[in-house]
Amino acid sequence: MEVQEPPVYVIVPGKCYRRDSDATHTPMFHQVEGLAVDEDITLADLKGVLLEFARAIFGREREIRLRSSYFPFTEPSVEVDVSCFACGGSGTLADGSRDPLCKGSGWIEILGAGMVDPNLYGFVADKGYDPERVQGFAFGMGIERIAMLRHGVPDLRMFFDNDLRFLEQFG
Amino acid sequence: MRVPLSWLRQYCDPPLSAREIADRLDLTGTEVSRVERVGVGDPDGFVVGRVELVAPHPNADRLSVCVVDDGSGSPRTIVCGAPNVAAGQTVAVALPGALMPNGEPLAEATLRGITSSGMILAEDEVGIGEDHAGIMVLGDGAQPGAPLAEHLPIADDVLDLEIAPNRPDCLAVYGVAREVHAATGAPLGVDPTTYDAEPSGEDSAEQHASVKIADPDVCLRFTARVFEDVKVGPSPLWLKACLTAAGQRPISNVVDITNYVMLLCGQPLHAFDLDRVRGASIVVRKAHDGEKMTTLDGVERTFQSPTALVCDAEGPSGIGGIMGGAVSEVSGSTTRVLMEAATWVGTNILSSSSLLGLRTEASTRFEKQLHPDLAMAAQRLAARLLVEVCGARLVPGAIDAYPAPVEPLLVPLRPERVGRLLGVQIPQEEIVAILEQLGFELSGVESGDLLFAVPSWRSADVQREADLIEEVGRIHGLDRLPITLPERPLAVGRLTPAQALRRGIEDVMRDRGLSEVVAYSFTSPGTLERLRLGGEEPVALANPLSEDQSVMRPLLLPGLLDAARHNAARGRPDAWLFESAHVYAPGGGERTDGAGPRGATPAVERHHLAALLPGDGPSGWRTAPSPTDFYACKALLEAVLNAAGVEARVEPEQQSFLHPGRSAAAVANDGSRLGWLGEVHPEVAAEWDLEAATAFELDVDLLAELAPGPAPYRDVPSYPADVQDIAVVVPEETQAAEVESAVREGGGELLDTVRVFDVYHGEQVGEGKRSLALRLEFRAPDRTLTDEEVAALRDRIEARLAAIGGQLRA
Ligand SMILES: [Zn+2]
Repeated sequence: MEVQEPPVYVIVPGKCYRRDSDATHTPMFHQVEGLAVDEDITLADLKGVLLEFARAIFGREREIRLRSSYFPFTEPSVEVDVSCFACGGSGTLADGSRDPLCKGSGWIEILGAGMVDPNLYGFVADKGYDPERVQGFAFGMGIERIAMLRHGVPDLRMFFDNDLRFLEQFG
Repeated sequence: MRVPLSWLRQYCDPPLSAREIADRLDLTGTEVSRVERVGVGDPDGFVVGRVELVAPHPNADRLSVCVVDDGSGSPRTIVCGAPNVAAGQTVAVALPGALMPNGEPLAEATLRGITSSGMILAEDEVGIGEDHAGIMVLGDGAQPGAPLAEHLPIADDVLDLEIAPNRPDCLAVYGVAREVHAATGAPLGVDPTTYDAEPSGEDSAEQHASVKIADPDVCLRFTARVFEDVKVGPSPLWLKACLTAAGQRPISNVVDITNYVMLLCGQPLHAFDLDRVRGASIVVRKAHDGEKMTTLDGVERTFQSPTALVCDAEGPSGIGGIMGGAVSEVSGSTTRVLMEAATWVGTNILSSSSLLGLRTEASTRFEKQLHPDLAMAAQRLAARLLVEVCGARLVPGAIDAYPAPVEPLLVPLRPERVGRLLGVQIPQEEIVAILEQLGFELSGVESGDLLFAVPSWRSADVQREADLIEEVGRIHGLDRLPITLPERPLAVGRLTPAQALRRGIEDVMRDRGLSEVVAYSFTSPGTLERLRLGGEEPVALANPLSEDQSVMRPLLLPGLLDAARHNAARGRPDAWLFESAHVYAPGGGERTDGAGPRGATPAVERHHLAALLPGDGPSGWRTAPSPTDFYACKALLEAVLNAAGVEARVEPEQQSFLHPGRSAAAVANDGSRLGWLGEVHPEVAAEWDLEAATAFELDVDLLAELAPGPAPYRDVPSYPADVQDIAVVVPEETQAAEVESAVREGGGELLDTVRVFDVYHGEQVGEGKRSLALRLEFRAPDRTLTDEEVAALRDRIEARLAAIGGQLRA
């Protein structure tokens, strides 16, 4: 938004860093963030876009649900769950046991999102962002987390070992 | 935050199970990490009993034989080891068969010859407290035979909640009850802070103590009340049970009351032994640097400004909002209590608590900024409990240092904005009803705008229209939102030219059989040393995880070498690898040109593409695999340049990590250096346990700058090319690039492409010479070339080659 006047529709993959290292945390990982700011973007539109995304990645039968949440840069903020593709959302596997993937809930958390907090437009007012006139949504998700869920990869660190036996499975 | 369901249900009791309540809370923004069962698994078999007779056990000194009325009409015999058991007591009894917290059913047991049919319970046996010194003695109201669960929370579900940082009001049982009320519509009980205790006596609090806020920028309000005739002792069972289920250890009635009030209404309190507040005067101020005090946990701590201290006439007596001091701690001999309920500046609590490395239940609430109204509300609830539980006398009046009272906040809401932001029309009556359920009051309507007064407990996070809309949206139900897509029919996503270029050249690498790797952006200084890289210091991390990951990589090669070694060790020595990623150099700064996002960048970042070709190249139909050489590497680099549409030449250049005679730079026509290529220095290769490898690395950002725009339409060649392979013998020191450009000069416009595809040293070529094999394609756009035309071109090429000492081989 600092370089482009509204409307803006952008999807931004990139590297992120944190001081952590274990099976579910690596010091470097990747995020995809999306931002759509226009005159009439609604929270319902966010729901539609994320449903399309969830179905493209996890299968046509998937549903999503939004849970109210908190992030400092969106208002309202939501966490987004996708219906579990291991158990079909029932929480129970075919043999009657509790599905460990979704911990029996039938839902898996995949990302955080929300409507861009109106305060943010104040920082780019010179580019024509007026919170009375524009509104939009933003979302962000961890690429490796999505890949781990989709492909059942047990350890995040495997993405950075660059072992051909791993890489060639996704060629 | 642990919320025992039985406690929650005292204030809001929807006809829903623990799981159903958790689900409603989850969807409306109060994340439930789990629902935990505490106490006994099943309350059946636990009843109220009355001890009718107690006789010493004939065969054991420490045991008593009790006759207990369990309401059944036939008294039962229970052997009990507790010293405090006595006839007339109302007690908690587990009958044989009752499931104990360890999951085992209680069995009849014969103890030294007498059969005990049941057990009289101590606190710890049903998870109410930690006390095992004696049995629990219940109040007289309970009737023998009544289910014990009606009198004691012996089995409970506890909601373990993750409270968002903007919701300090939900770090309280009553606050969560408000959420359950809004989320389920079940009625909400009266706010427990509504009613005050009756004071007694003719004196007033001000006669007993004084309070002054010297630094109002760290403390917004400090209230204090005085209690006399306080009897400090253990808390009653109901109070212990509440605290234990909520995860707090019962200590003494006065301290337990402060914790109970905090857990119920969210305001931390601190009780001082007033006789140990020196001078009976309190001053709230910032710490002087180096000031020391021992806190309640027995640790001597050193403070610095602006940490807030609660001081008495002689020095610090507590850390404001974080932890009290040992000097004024309430003890068994305390009779006069000064109860503090203050409002601290949240940001200062947050920074002080991280400075001290001390986070407490109090600081986690204060750091989220509580409202000053809550301080006096908590005093009322605490006073009722101190009078009721500790037999205290509430001294009339309250000391209230409140320099700048906070005005109630009014926030306007335009009803049409709700639909515009959420994408669903919600009727105005419903908007008002939802907000009123959450405690907002419609205080008026001004030219269509609804004016809502924000309740004190939401003052930290609801200040704007968007905040009100979020409240309406989450309670109305995010599951009821329609599913739509943005309506901008002409919006079509596309890659930027630089992204398209990157993707194009990455495809070239993939198509030639290379695997893409993703290595960490960090490397170690030792790795850069092994590459013999001197010169510019790499960008160092301020707070690295380890020495191995302590600097940002200035080139991609080390990640590729690591990956090659990893795969070679696993039987894949020939893995051709590439990476397309950023590299980092010092010299970042403030961006002001408006071409990209504003702000400081710690490094100069460039996008590079690098390839590493270790081991043998792929084998062809007629050729056995041979070690990958400089020319294979160069051919790959040329394919990249070709895909980018950038013309470049290869010039000799030394690199510390490349073979001295087999290294070069790729230089664009305008003279800018695109990158390097060559054979990895054998000593460097050996450091990574590799036999031999070639590699190149290009600055893709530079490539993107030089790349032409979209290519103009070029005729599909309709006339066939004349393909000729030639072999040229040249002196050893003659570069392939020189040979190539001589061939191009000779071939002129009709020579469409030139490619070096083999190099040969050997006896037939002669000492100090080598032979290059080149494939030439001659093509004219408007005709098929005749053999004569091509022969003439070959003659001109031969002449040019002779000029650089080259000779065509037959
Ligand atoms: Zn599942």
